[in-house]
Amino acid sequence: MAHKDETPVHEVRPVTQEVRVPERYLPTPTIEPGHSYASITDHISTIVLRKKTPIGWFVGFGISLILVSVLTASIGKLVFVGVGIWGINHPAGWGMDIINFVWWIGIGHAGTLISAILLLLRQEWRTSINRFAEAMTLFAVASAGLYPALHTGRPWYDFWLFPYPNTMSLWPQFRSPLMWDVFAVSTYATVSALFWYVGLIPDLATLRDRSTNIVARKIYGMAALGWRGSAKHWYRYESAYLLLAGLSTPLVLSVHTIVSFDFAVAQIPGWHATFFPPYFVAGAVFAGFAMVLTLAIPARKFLKLEDFITMKHLENMGKVMMATGLIVFYSYVIEAFFAYYSGNVYERYMWLNRATGPYKHMYYALIVCNGLAPNLMWFKRFRTSPAMLLVTAMFANVGMWLERFVIIPTSLHRDFLPSSWGMYHGTIWDWGMYIGSMGLFLFLLFLFLRFLPMISIFEIRTMLPEAQAAHGEEH
Amino acid sequence: MAQIFHRSTNTLSRVTIFGAVFIAGFVLWVIGGIVRSPYVTNQGIAREQPVPFSHQHHVGGLGIDCRYCHTSVEKSNFAGVPPTQTCMNCHAQIWTNAELLAPVRNSFANNTPIRWERVHRLPDFVHFNHSIHINKGIGCASCHGRIDRMNLTYQASPLTMDWCLSCHRAPEKYVRPRSEVFNMAYVAKDQEKQGPELVRAYNIQKLTSCSTCHY
Amino acid sequence: MSDNKTTLDFREFRERIGDIRGKEYWRSLEDLSRGADFEELLQEEFPRQSAPLANGVHRRDFMKLMSASIALAGAASCTAPSGNSEKIVPYVRQPEDLIPGKPLFFATAMPLAGYTTGVLAESHMGRPTKIEGNPDHPSSLGGTDAYMQASILGLYDPDRSQVVRTFGETRTWSDFIGALQPVLKEAAVNGAGLRLLTQTITSPTLGAAIAKLVAQYPGMQWHQWEPVSGDNAREGLRAAFGGYVNAVYHFDKANVVVTLDSDFMSDGPGHVRYSRDFSTRRRVRHGETKSINRMYAIESSPTSTGSIADHRLPVRPSQIEGYARAIAAGLGIAAAGATTEHADWIGGVVRDLQRNHGAAVVVAGDDQPPAVHQLAMAINQAIGAIGTTVSITDSAEVSPVNQLESLRRLVTDMNAGAVKALIMFGGNPIFDAPADFNFRSAFEKVPFRAHLSLYYDETSMLSHWHIPETHYLETWGDGRGHDGTITIQQPLIAPLYNGRSAIEVIGAMAGGMDQSPYDAVRAYWMANGANELLWRKWLNDGVIANSALPARSASASTAIPAPAAQPSGGFELRIAHDPNIYDGRFANNGWLQELPKPQTKITWENVLLLSPKSANDIGFGDQERDDLFNEKHTLLADLTFHGRTIRVPVWVVPGMPDNVATIHFGYGRKHGGKIAAERSDFTPGGVDVYPIRFSDALHGGAGAQIKLVRSEGTYPIGCTQEHQSINPKDVGGDRGIIRSATFDEYQRNPHFVQGEGEGHEGTGETAEADASMYPKYEYPGHAWAMVIDTSVCTGCNGCVIACQSENNISIVGKEEVVREREMHWLRIDRYYKGSPENPEVYHQPVPCMQCENAPCEPVCPVEATSHSGEGLNDMTYNRCVGTRYCSNNCPYKVRRFNFFHYADYDTPSLKPMRNPDVTVRTRGVMEKCTYCVQRINAAKIAAEIDGEKGRRVRDGEVTTACQQACPSEAITFGDMNDPTSRVAALKKEPANYALLQDLNTRPRTTYLGAIRNPNPEIRG
Repeated sequence: MAHKDETPVHEVRPVTQEVRVPERYLPTPTIEPGHSYASITDHISTIVLRKKTPIGWFVGFGISLILVSVLTASIGKLVFVGVGIWGINHPAGWGMDIINFVWWIGIGHAGTLISAILLLLRQEWRTSINRFAEAMTLFAVASAGLYPALHTGRPWYDFWLFPYPNTMSLWPQFRSPLMWDVFAVSTYATVSALFWYVGLIPDLATLRDRSTNIVARKIYGMAALGWRGSAKHWYRYESAYLLLAGLSTPLVLSVHTIVSFDFAVAQIPGWHATFFPPYFVAGAVFAGFAMVLTLAIPARKFLKLEDFITMKHLENMGKVMMATGLIVFYSYVIEAFFAYYSGNVYERYMWLNRATGPYKHMYYALIVCNGLAPNLMWFKRFRTSPAMLLVTAMFANVGMWLERFVIIPTSLHRDFLPSSWGMYHGTIWDWGMYIGSMGLFLFLLFLFLRFLPMISIFEIRTMLPEAQAAHGEEH
Repeated sequence: MAQIFHRSTNTLSRVTIFGAVFIAGFVLWVIGGIVRSPYVTNQGIAREQPVPFSHQHHVGGLGIDCRYCHTSVEKSNFAGVPPTQTCMNCHAQIWTNAELLAPVRNSFANNTPIRWERVHRLPDFVHFNHSIHINKGIGCASCHGRIDRMNLTYQASPLTMDWCLSCHRAPEKYVRPRSEVFNMAYVAKDQEKQGPELVRAYNIQKLTSCSTCHY
Repeated sequence: MSDNKTTLDFREFRERIGDIRGKEYWRSLEDLSRGADFEELLQEEFPRQSAPLANGVHRRDFMKLMSASIALAGAASCTAPSGNSEKIVPYVRQPEDLIPGKPLFFATAMPLAGYTTGVLAESHMGRPTKIEGNPDHPSSLGGTDAYMQASILGLYDPDRSQVVRTFGETRTWSDFIGALQPVLKEAAVNGAGLRLLTQTITSPTLGAAIAKLVAQYPGMQWHQWEPVSGDNAREGLRAAFGGYVNAVYHFDKANVVVTLDSDFMSDGPGHVRYSRDFSTRRRVRHGETKSINRMYAIESSPTSTGSIADHRLPVRPSQIEGYARAIAAGLGIAAAGATTEHADWIGGVVRDLQRNHGAAVVVAGDDQPPAVHQLAMAINQAIGAIGTTVSITDSAEVSPVNQLESLRRLVTDMNAGAVKALIMFGGNPIFDAPADFNFRSAFEKVPFRAHLSLYYDETSMLSHWHIPETHYLETWGDGRGHDGTITIQQPLIAPLYNGRSAIEVIGAMAGGMDQSPYDAVRAYWMANGANELLWRKWLNDGVIANSALPARSASASTAIPAPAAQPSGGFELRIAHDPNIYDGRFANNGWLQELPKPQTKITWENVLLLSPKSANDIGFGDQERDDLFNEKHTLLADLTFHGRTIRVPVWVVPGMPDNVATIHFGYGRKHGGKIAAERSDFTPGGVDVYPIRFSDALHGGAGAQIKLVRSEGTYPIGCTQEHQSINPKDVGGDRGIIRSATFDEYQRNPHFVQGEGEGHEGTGETAEADASMYPKYEYPGHAWAMVIDTSVCTGCNGCVIACQSENNISIVGKEEVVREREMHWLRIDRYYKGSPENPEVYHQPVPCMQCENAPCEPVCPVEATSHSGEGLNDMTYNRCVGTRYCSNNCPYKVRRFNFFHYADYDTPSLKPMRNPDVTVRTRGVMEKCTYCVQRINAAKIAAEIDGEKGRRVRDGEVTTACQQACPSEAITFGDMNDPTSRVAALKKEPANYALLQDLNTRPRTTYLGAIRNPNPEIRG
């Protein structure tokens, strides 16, 4: 077992206690005072290893199970009856299927961003939230993956989208953005899964060693791949982890860039725009952080993790949310400006239709959610209030869904020839699918919370003052 | 503390990790094999027919021309399966009592058609036309094989799309003089030279648009 | 349900042939139908018929066998191969003229309301699959309308009546003959009790047979009734010329046409021919066309004819007469009661008519009172039209009568109990007789009622005897065209549902013996100048040469009756027949039900049409309307007329006159098929209007009350295009979709189409036209292209159904149409220009544009849609996974997606109907117009195998279904690479423009700008 030579708890003294400076001038710590290696390990691993599961978990898990069954029902009906059960039509060939896909993929961005980019940028405050964010990413991507797979008219032929030697001697259409999606999303899923798993290995070992139940030990043991925490292991681990971080960094940008191509490459007014990639990536990060907050704040409360997910984390996430939120809002402004400045009939009408057409309410709600709400984060008072953060994050979650609604059906339903204009309305099955996918997300999340350390034990330990000190000497 | 795994686990884990890659590859390879096998394509499977008609005997042995029975092969998309009448043209005189031919005689007597088992099957979304292939110098044998040597008729070619395309993409490899179209035994002398010439002579286009066959 | 019992049960038979693909299976029909096991099946099906079979196949039964076999056949057609076994069933003895796999064409004729139009029916292996116009027939000249195209579905309609019935109980033909005997015996003594009720009849054979019958049963009376009444025209012409006559118009000779509430291009005998004639004078070709014709339309609701008029005046129905009198007065005819409104308009018309003496014509609509017809003829007399642009001939009908009076007499006699036996040939009087006749109560007083009809309908249900009628493609007959030309109607197939024709029933009545229609028709003509050679020629040509009725020298009386009192008060109601399902007889035809109506684009039902102002008057405000219509919903209203009230959905059409409400009758059927009556997912909406159709107001009248009903909430309407104006202010700018000019403007600037719209320069052949990321395609061989002349398109819908029939396009039902999922590959967009009170209307048929830089192609991830070597955007159904990306990216939105499994794989009788050359699409697959690529390929192969080296396809050898159907020849298709082709020439026309060409999609389908010819003397 790693680190036998632990210093006893009572000797630990937070550095800041010596100097008497007013509370508010102190930098908010990434880990609250009064913790030792042992206490961290205890605290986090017990969440997983405790015998008695809190009733709250069962409630949440139960709810998620119900939602999953809704998903199963919706998918069953979809496959047996046809995509006609959705609200899609001519002209709106895509509706909530793609809206939800993009929404989930967007949410799936925080994880890699936090883990990879912030790691490379040595943003140490990430350590207590990265594991959680990565898990979230995976589950979001899983939920997202449902849609492109099932939105086709004949899902059983989806494998034609993969380039493989076949008896028709046909290749897929490599010019099609949907084709690029296949690669982008699958790559992203693979890499973030690896990244997450590699990060888990040392902690799995810890769990293996600490759990008393033999079955649990076997399972964690297998997952831990015989981790012993030797220097050699640590050396390989570090290089592998950095390597993966390097790998996934470009992915953070690529995935949503390519998703945005689904629209930017098409010529529908409201889709056919060059600023989509940055616009989408910003939106994704925005959505991702919003979702991390949405989940982290309650988790932090119920699992008593205030010490590890401190105000500093929340505040930083709030800042990122605002920054990206403003980029997104800027894109809305630019879109409107292009519409006017291009002098193109269709572009002009596209924006007119958004602002004054039958879906104008959606548009204004969007402006409120993504344009105005994030500005609350200018104020420290709100940034440092979990409640307000949660509210803002919620606005962002809704706003990002609205954004995709405004982009997809609202652009499609009135394009070039007025004769083929129409309306789009989601049906009960659209919503069933959407709620269901949330269920799947929560389902996986609850399992994760129960059986895996939601905070990286070994990494958080490096956050301890003495660890910091040791760290310092090395350099 | 006590080890929860035996030493062998290390080897085991290594094997599984690396093995997984090869296993996956193997499975795909097998699937690829199956879809190309006669099990799926029906290639080379002789079918039970109401009358055990032998092309070997009639074409190979007696040297009857294809068009004697398949009358519309030069004019229509469908080569035409002969009406009972055609059989009776000869079999009213010869083998008049042969047990084998009872179904033919009955068919003719009570006006009930003979229900042949279809050997070459294309899905309904593929529109194949015999006449154009015949007229452009594609021999019967090129697709149907040495019918004249088939006792019971079977499907000589896989009839998969890439098989079709192999010729549609490079007709010069397979085209033959029109005079030789119905010649089962034909073997090209110098196809590299004659192929392109015929393609020019017969004004053969490389038809690889989807709508050539699918509409 | 008794239906199930009486319907052929195909199941066990299908099991036997289940693994057979229809296409091959067809080669065996006759043989199969003579098969022993088939007889077993038949004995189960028709126990009574089994007897004659035992002793040799009697012709009648053979027909039945045939029909059943046809209906049974193709049970597995159009499905992808499944299972491991498939049969080929060749002929036992192969017909001489038949080449397996090649279709044959036969000339025959389709009767509608008595008048026949010549058609060519395509036959695949013995089963008719498609109807085309007969170029040699004067009423068609190769054109067809929606009714003709849809009649093929009528033939295979599984809901057609299949057995003789007595109040639902299955009987047989011989039972009927038996029951008929006592009736005939009595009639032989006193024929007065025996009555015949038919629709309009022009068939000489049938006429002769009836005459013979009347002779045989003295006192027997023959009544005629068509709910779509021609009485006004009959009586008007009678008053003008003294005696029933037939007016045949020659619009190709007319420079000026004035319509008085007449929709001559889509209504009445010869309308197909009339659109063709009119279009010949409307088409503008650069350098050739010196002048084009001009049309003034005075009408009481929007019509196809009015929509391409150069001047259109929407007025109340009752006002039309006033305008007619004004024109007459202007021409110096003593006609009192002329209107004083629109004096300058009228003045312009009058002067125009005078300028074009002998080259102008006035046409009155059938719904206008006789006086208007009389006025029209008086005017025609005055402008020297009679003998030049109108020829007067004897009536084409066997016995022209005032049908309303004829029916009235029947009802009176029935009430008086004077009618002992009533034999009805077709028609559905229980449903469509005037409300005040109380036809049903009178009807039920008749002790013996027999009804011959295609469906087991409202009248059949109340008749003692119902006899299934043969479809026109199933039996022999004859009939006259609009000009009297006679066509022999020959069957393409033996009766599917052992139906009988009127000729057979009369035969039975005459002698009780079983006379075949073939013998009857042939016998008649052999006795009337035919010989074997001629007979064959007539059958082959589809017309009897020079059998048109000779024009007779006639002059219309100018004694015009005094004007009737102008009605007033409330709304003026106009009751007209439905443009799609006619008087209700086509109510079970899914194609016609789902066809967007020419003016309203509404499917599956009838609505109450109002002008925007009238809608506001009844409290249905603009804003509310826009919101509801946008969601394809509307409000219901109670329509009260002559004290009776029906509840109808309200709809607003620009160009309706104010204070007028128009409603179409024919809907609201109670029986007569799953689609006609509410018994399936295809449930049509629609209201029965006959309850408010009275004999003294057949075409409506004043005093209608309309009250909005808000209590019932909103009501969904299957409208495929809510009236989108393309006013720049509404759509963000000028999109240059419709480009039009007056003929004068055109002559000043033939290139008027250019520069219209923002950035729509030229015909797409501009510098940046080649700008594309992708390598340019080369088209060494053919380059197929289409040009649509919007000047002559009347939006008649002939092309839409032709496309549906040719390409096996499914119908989806009202609910799906409301969800905007209709499947028509070819849609006709209709745009308005100008004020909603009286806008200009433009029709624009929109098939796939077959773009050279196609937005759909690069986005399909599986290359299910790709570019062909000849410039088509191929759609490969079997490769499509259904991402719908192509549809999203199509700026023309011409792609159609199978959201559900729309295609009917199960109904056996529909399978033989399908075009074997076109794949039937399954669920989850995108489909679209292919320029009828199956026809292109067929023509190419035919040309390639023609001669030693083969040859190029010649211009005109490939015609698309829409082009072939178009009565006004608005659609031209051909090879752009062939400089001599018509399409290549049209592409060079200065008025040629591409839709949305600024997107640089480079469509192969382009349009000729609409050119109108308004009278400069008339403003607005």
